[in-house]
Amino acid sequence: MLTLQCPYCGVWAEETELHAEGEAHLKRFGPDSDDADFESYLFMRENPKGVHFERWRHASGCGKFFHAARSTTTLEVFGTYSAQTMEPPQDIKDKITAKYPGWSWREFS
Amino acid sequence: MSKAVSALDGVTFDGFAKVEETGLRGMITVRGDLASKEMAAAVKAATGAEMPVQRKITSGDKGAVAWMSPDELLVVVDYDAANATVATLTDALKDSHALVANVSDARAVFRLSGDSRRDVLAKLAPVDFSKYAFGAGDIRRSRIAQVSAAVWGNDDGSFEVICFRSVAQYVFDVLQVSAQPGGEVGFH
Ligand SMILES: [Zn+2]
Repeated sequence: MLTLQCPYCGVWAEETELHAEGEAHLKRFGPDSDDADFESYLFMRENPKGVHFERWRHASGCGKFFHAARSTTTLEVFGTYSAQTMEPPQDIKDKITAKYPGWSWREFS
Repeated sequence: MSKAVSALDGVTFDGFAKVEETGLRGMITVRGDLASKEMAAAVKAATGAEMPVQRKITSGDKGAVAWMSPDELLVVVDYDAANATVATLTDALKDSHALVANVSDARAVFRLSGDSRRDVLAKLAPVDFSKYAFGAGDIRRSRIAQVSAAVWGNDDGSFEVICFRSVAQYVFDVLQVSAQPGGEVGFH
């Protein structure tokens, strides 16, 4: 069972209090974008074995969306962070690097 | 004017802890910048209470104020005082980017009392209800079985559970089952 700390209310929320909201840091391509970009925005998702970045919502709690960095293989959580950001904070990236040198995920490494 | 009644008309259950629907309660959702002096003044004027910090509930002579999220408060007053309290808050926040809404009729409130009240809740919510983690002045939003709810601790040791009125019967039923004699856990 996954336990994530909500960065907004500070609660260590057990998985059933949360709702998974898919991949983190998606860039939206809307009307007038080209078909390939729109298709990738809608359908193309990372499915890594290892380091992954996700969006979660503290659904049965404060209601806020937040981000989480974790490993899909060990379930280790590297940290949770604000939804008001375009990329993972440096301290979380450093933590991942310490464990998985040379990791990369989309444009982040 | 029609007579307002609470969802379950004050139903009670005496199990290994006591479950009671408390009846009508005034509840006002307030959203805005909780760090602003306007918000602190509004809350003070409406309830007499200080601004609560994260996951706390404070009380004053006219009511209580609960921290619901970084930009949301719940103001709890007497049911009959709700509209006047909305007016006070709205006036105090008229120059701020804020929202004030009377949600009294959208809610139900249950009180849990008795030595084993913590066990009743611990069976239903993924929350640490030990006395070291949760007590008077704390509020925790979570779920009760399958529906969203919030619980706070009163000074007299009792807990109050709030949920949406539409699921009041469900919440009462699961609290009742959880408090059923024979289901004692004796953990807390
Ligand atoms: Zn939260």
